[in-house]
Amino acid sequence: MTNEQIQSRLIEKFGEALTNFEESYGMLSFHAPKELNLKVLQFLYDDETLQFRFLTDITAVHYPDQVGAELAVVYHLQNLTTRTRLRFKIFTSVASPQVFTATRLYASANWMERETYDFFGIDFVGHPNLIRILNVDEMDYFPLRKEFPLEDQTRVDKDDDMFGR
Amino acid sequence: MARPVQYNTKIKTVEAPQGYSGEGFFATSFDKVIGMARANSIWPLPFATSCCGIEFMATMSAHYDLGRFGAERLGFTPRQCDLLMVMGTISKKMGPVLRQVYLQMAEPRWVIAVGACASSGGIFDTYSVLQGIDQVIPVDVYVPGCPPRPEAILDGFMRIQELVGQESLRRRHSDQYKALMNSYGIE
Amino acid sequence: MSNPHISLPQGSLEKQTTTLNLGPTHPATHGVFQNILEMDGERVVSAVPTVGYIHRAFEKIAERRPYYQIAPLTDRLNYCSSPINNMGWHLTTERLLGLQLPKRVEYLRVIIMELARISDHIICNGVVGVDTGAFTGFLYIMEFRELAYEIYEEVCGSRLTTNIGRVGGFERNFSNAAFEKIERFLKEFPKALKEFETLLVRNRIFIERTQGVGAITAERALNYGFTGPNLRAAGVDYDVRVAHPYSSYGDFKFDIPVGTTGDCYDRFLVRGEEMWQSLSIIRQALDKIQDLPADVYHADVPAYYLPDKSDVYTKMEALIYHFKIVMGETDILPGELYNAVEGANGELGFYVISDGGRSPYRLHFRRPCFIYYQAYPELIHGAMLADAVVCMSSLNLIAGELDA
Repeated sequence: MTNEQIQSRLIEKFGEALTNFEESYGMLSFHAPKELNLKVLQFLYDDETLQFRFLTDITAVHYPDQVGAELAVVYHLQNLTTRTRLRFKIFTSVASPQVFTATRLYASANWMERETYDFFGIDFVGHPNLIRILNVDEMDYFPLRKEFPLEDQTRVDKDDDMFGR
Repeated sequence: MARPVQYNTKIKTVEAPQGYSGEGFFATSFDKVIGMARANSIWPLPFATSCCGIEFMATMSAHYDLGRFGAERLGFTPRQCDLLMVMGTISKKMGPVLRQVYLQMAEPRWVIAVGACASSGGIFDTYSVLQGIDQVIPVDVYVPGCPPRPEAILDGFMRIQELVGQESLRRRHSDQYKALMNSYGIE
Repeated sequence: MSNPHISLPQGSLEKQTTTLNLGPTHPATHGVFQNILEMDGERVVSAVPTVGYIHRAFEKIAERRPYYQIAPLTDRLNYCSSPINNMGWHLTTERLLGLQLPKRVEYLRVIIMELARISDHIICNGVVGVDTGAFTGFLYIMEFRELAYEIYEEVCGSRLTTNIGRVGGFERNFSNAAFEKIERFLKEFPKALKEFETLLVRNRIFIERTQGVGAITAERALNYGFTGPNLRAAGVDYDVRVAHPYSSYGDFKFDIPVGTTGDCYDRFLVRGEEMWQSLSIIRQALDKIQDLPADVYHADVPAYYLPDKSDVYTKMEALIYHFKIVMGETDILPGELYNAVEGANGELGFYVISDGGRSPYRLHFRRPCFIYYQAYPELIHGAMLADAVVCMSSLNLIAGELDA
């Protein structure tokens, strides 16, 4: 199964909705509207020729400069019989980061989405238990967004102008 | 004919403390005897969280053998142990747990911070990592390294033995010690 | 207090459950995992795992560091087999840059990666033995981890967090002592492994403790995103080394062991067999490098590989490259790449987005055990408390990797 076949099959089904098809380092990737994320996942899962039935990874990326589409949720899928990988992204605004959850389709999506929520604050609608997973519950920001600092703010001994802070 | 049993003849005993001896008696101070006994039968509590914990596994197993220093018996309960060995990164989520474990230990208790992360946060100067365990509990010995080699852990352990052996029995009741504990909010 | 949300198994004597907190510092959890178990007598009714006790923000740190400085971070992901992580990151960077490596370098990398796989499986299988009451096997086989450490020391100078290799090859050539130590490992380890397996594989106690414990079907395992030995124990022959061959794995002949039931016993057997396969791969690699020029240990890519120190002091060009590489100012084109290697406990993926800057715009690690640990409550549902402990250690969970 070549990337062209996957692409034509997807366009056949979703038409103009899917955009930005490109192939980088041998992997097909495209963008989907955020309302369609579950439909795309379900189609890729159910379709007899595609059979993308292994969810490799879910993560997110923060692009503070893209106003209205600051957060991208990235899905990596794999067809284990033909060993084809696929990536697609959905974009959402940071003001209303609501995205449908994939937990009904993949049990593995549960913690991946919790992690994505923990880091980026993406609100997965319909997730059974969307709470912080790696950070403390009291944390009141989403640390992997670009505007938040990496360093521990309580530290005062590192103030070297050239190297430290 | 050789004996069927072999005896280990290379036993090294601890030197007796200074004191007065005569026929049928030996007199010395309590401090020294208790210190000697404690230093050579430390019960460590391994609080291993990450990479340094794996090096500690190597320290414990046959090749490096921490048991040679009288620490054969790892207590896995804080109630029975007198040396807390903190090995690995302590995150802010783990901090209260570490403190709780420390509070559960009975006096006298010692703490050794093994590795850069436990000593200072190491390379992880990040929002989620505690910048050294001495922010939540007092530490006696720091072992540098990322992770320290087993030899370094053994060296740190021997430093603890020195501290334990020389400790005055009154230290834990001194005002200085109480002030130290109070600075950590421990009564 | 009886809990109205929990339905008890049929025939349960006590009509109430107990809440039991296991971890995060419990010695039997081999790491910092907390589970709040709801117990009906000895049986686990439900488990609520909590993770994140050593979350260290690798992904955020990686956004601030030049590419070559991320390799030491990967050490600390799965610290039982750091060389695989290092190589995984170097391979990712090289693929991003489009570098081709000489065959000898790739074979040397395979040797180191397979050694790391063995030493990881030693810990995991040893600990499964400990949790079923066989401490001897662990102490015995841990000795051979020391041998593997000595090989790493000979190659890179450090034991556990190796930071082995560089982008484009190795930092120095393998010395003769390193090859001798590898030979010694290949000679002595099979005997010990054989004995270790004899101790446990047909041992009645071990079989009773592990067979049928923590079983999972292939279908559920795939749905839960299992990879690595845990997935293969459930009967799916997915191995990144074969499915998406990286480095030079296409040149080697090896089998992928699969189990049938996905229980702790099968996981143990699969890991055991993988060690034998890794030994055979190392042997093949040693044979293959015999015919190749012995002084090649890095690719000829001066823009990305640090020049020799003597050249830095005498040649202008080398000095410039040295400066650029050390300051992390090498040119990296914008791009997006997902690259995976077969880590010791599953598919270790690196998803990197480069915007052309000195450090990645975003780097995400696909940590295998983070993904499959969420199946743990399902695996131990209805099992005994002691089985829950065995099940946890046989999953090969590494806290540092799980919490990133």
